[in-house]
Amino acid sequence: MDSAAKDGSKKQMASSQAIASRSFQHGIHPPEGKEVTQEKTIQRLPFPPEVVIPLAQHIGALAKAIVEKKQEIVRGEAIADPGGFVSVAMHAPLSGTVTKIDVAMVVSGVMTPAVFIKGGETPEEDVCHGAPVDVDAFSPREIVAAVQSAGLVGLGGAAFPTHVKLTVPEGKSIDTVIVNGCECEPCLTTDHRVMLEQMDDLLAGIRLALRATGAPRALIGIETNKPDAIAALREAIPEHDPISVAPVRTKYPQGAERMLIRALLNREVPSGGLPSDVSAAVFNVATLAQMGALLPKGQGLIERVVTVTGGGVERPGNYVIPMGTSLRFVLDYLGFKGSARQVILGGPMMGPAAPSLDIPVTKGVSGILVLTEDELAALPKKVFPCIRCGKCVQVCPMFLNPSRMGLLARNGQYELMEQAFHLNDCFECGCCAYTCPSNIPLVQYFRMAKTANRKRKAKK
Amino acid sequence: MTEGVAPIQLRTSPHIRQAVTTDVIMLNVVYALLPVVAFAVFAFGISALALVLVATASAVLTEHLVQKLAGKKTTINDYSAVITGILLALTLPPGFPLWMAAVGGIVSIALGKALFGGLGFNVFNPALVARAFLQAAFPVAITTWSPAFITTRFTQFIPSSLAWPFLSADADAFAAYVKNAAIDGWTGATPLSRMKFEGQFEPVASLFSGTVAGSAGETAAWLILLCGVYLAVRKMLDWRIPVGMLGSVVVFSLVFYLLDGTKYPNPFFMLFSGGLMLGAVFMATDMVTCPTTPLGVWIYALLLGFLTVLIRLKGGLPEGVMYAILLGNAVTPLINMYTQPRIYGAKKVTAPS
Repeated sequence: MDSAAKDGSKKQMASSQAIASRSFQHGIHPPEGKEVTQEKTIQRLPFPPEVVIPLAQHIGALAKAIVEKKQEIVRGEAIADPGGFVSVAMHAPLSGTVTKIDVAMVVSGVMTPAVFIKGGETPEEDVCHGAPVDVDAFSPREIVAAVQSAGLVGLGGAAFPTHVKLTVPEGKSIDTVIVNGCECEPCLTTDHRVMLEQMDDLLAGIRLALRATGAPRALIGIETNKPDAIAALREAIPEHDPISVAPVRTKYPQGAERMLIRALLNREVPSGGLPSDVSAAVFNVATLAQMGALLPKGQGLIERVVTVTGGGVERPGNYVIPMGTSLRFVLDYLGFKGSARQVILGGPMMGPAAPSLDIPVTKGVSGILVLTEDELAALPKKVFPCIRCGKCVQVCPMFLNPSRMGLLARNGQYELMEQAFHLNDCFECGCCAYTCPSNIPLVQYFRMAKTANRKRKAKK
Repeated sequence: MTEGVAPIQLRTSPHIRQAVTTDVIMLNVVYALLPVVAFAVFAFGISALALVLVATASAVLTEHLVQKLAGKKTTINDYSAVITGILLALTLPPGFPLWMAAVGGIVSIALGKALFGGLGFNVFNPALVARAFLQAAFPVAITTWSPAFITTRFTQFIPSSLAWPFLSADADAFAAYVKNAAIDGWTGATPLSRMKFEGQFEPVASLFSGTVAGSAGETAAWLILLCGVYLAVRKMLDWRIPVGMLGSVVVFSLVFYLLDGTKYPNPFFMLFSGGLMLGAVFMATDMVTCPTTPLGVWIYALLLGFLTVLIRLKGGLPEGVMYAILLGNAVTPLINMYTQPRIYGAKKVTAPS
């Protein structure tokens, strides 16, 4: 009894401390690179003549195509149904004709099934498909179902189906919906612009998420490098509202789910667990803004805001791009400089490099970062031996020992990395590799090790 | 237009890197050592300069040859061998025979580093391995101290410097040299040996300013501190190690001082005498051989301070920094193993209710 009371007061003290500091431990401060696009209002890109909609744009099961070759479709019409619970629907971003259902290359370089749509003569911005519904009358379960059929996934980059996160596992409850407006990845400004320009949709989306999860409050975590978004949202939220703005320190990877939960609630998601294990659910601001906009109209997700930036782009900015638009079309339109050498989907810390310009923009693409020859030449080339400086240990937000794991990976001791050094808790944020003075490709080692371990387990 | 441009490249994330690379860190350590070298030359003359040059050249050459013999690319351009050579020279008596310093350079790299697998894999600080070797091999030469600030130091070598290989130094010439210095009021005995064997305590001020005898680069405590601050500010040196080690020396020597103030020196004497400053700032902090975990770093630093005091006051030798650091290096893997931080989200041990 006594110890329980002590425990409680300890917890309270700890949580008030966390609110004062509002951050997680460790992490890095890479150059932000956001000044290029953060002031640029969201613009619409012209419609591409053709789009390619991969049926696997999200984490989970493939969507099932429900259209046939040569079928005429209109913008907003559903073209694929969810292939299971952890899967979402797909919708046509263009009015036109289905030319084929075939395989297409996605960012991983893998060929995946996709629906190819050729646009009509005069593309229209308006979405004719879908009928307005009264979402206020929806039960939590109906909200979840509507989110799944709207094809919503985490737009921050992970592309995890949103309705799954809205579904509270049995025996658990959510006490806080965390709205992730950190955008800690350098160079990206989509979340920033969405918070400023789609505020009403965002607030509507947050209220839907609160109802679906039954959570009594929502915290919008925003890094302090976006004071305009913090001020605007505070202004827009009425007094005594369940939604409040929670500024967090500008530090990478503040926007990682686990780091944000640590910063705002001073709770740690258990190793191998989910945010719901600590009564939290985290959603990206762009996801919730789309939810708030689409659900009342009964429409599906067909386009998203993407930051196109980097030295290799002539007209950087924040653009609404229909899903399935090829990188080539986007970059041709915005000016692809001859010195451009690398195209990254997402931010520079975690974004994968595109294997080709003929891959489509998908739901998880928050940025297109084009690096030039000079930017790449500035990167260190030579790899030195690990000098055990411990810098990686000092920055790892998960408190792992990348230095030790890197040495084990070199020796192929992948199993030991998992068993003794918590390899699977690494979410590949890249802090260790960023900070490593010896330029050791730590993240790549860890990916290799994880893949090898998965393959070995699959064999058994 | 995207047509006709060179093919785009593939690379894995992260796509940006912090600019400070290992060779830059090493080069900055060399820069930070140069003022210390300069003071050594200022205090002990051309003998000290020759000592630094010979030890460094020997270490770098050994590194180059070892790599070539192993059929690998040379690694002298990471500057780590340069640091080893300079550090070794700075820990030797200014009049140390140059041929012995050359042997030390070879031992430091070949025995202290290459044998373990090169940079990053050595267990002990290579410079200190070589110094320990020299101490065992040439016990007389390594305890033959010459006084500082001899007037002829810029024109004349300390006689022992130029001893022929495998021949001992000309004792008469050295005696004459030292006698010459005694006229100027300088003595060749180091403050620590005077404390140990004569019960005399040098004033702390002269220890701090470096007007005493000692190893080539250990005498100017203020300068070593300053160079350490430069590296720490540039985040190329872990400030916790010198702070922890020096702090622990002060605490443990205070205990002895309070027990018997006539027999044991005051903590400031301990702090600024001998090789402590050089060891704490430049050698205990050798990244390869010190712990990486936050708790481990403090344990290591405190242990080093404790061992230094213990060896100096209770051991047979006047100076204990070298062995303290080598012992600390030896237990580093153990410290690392037992101080791994709790990872984020690790299942907490639930206390029995």
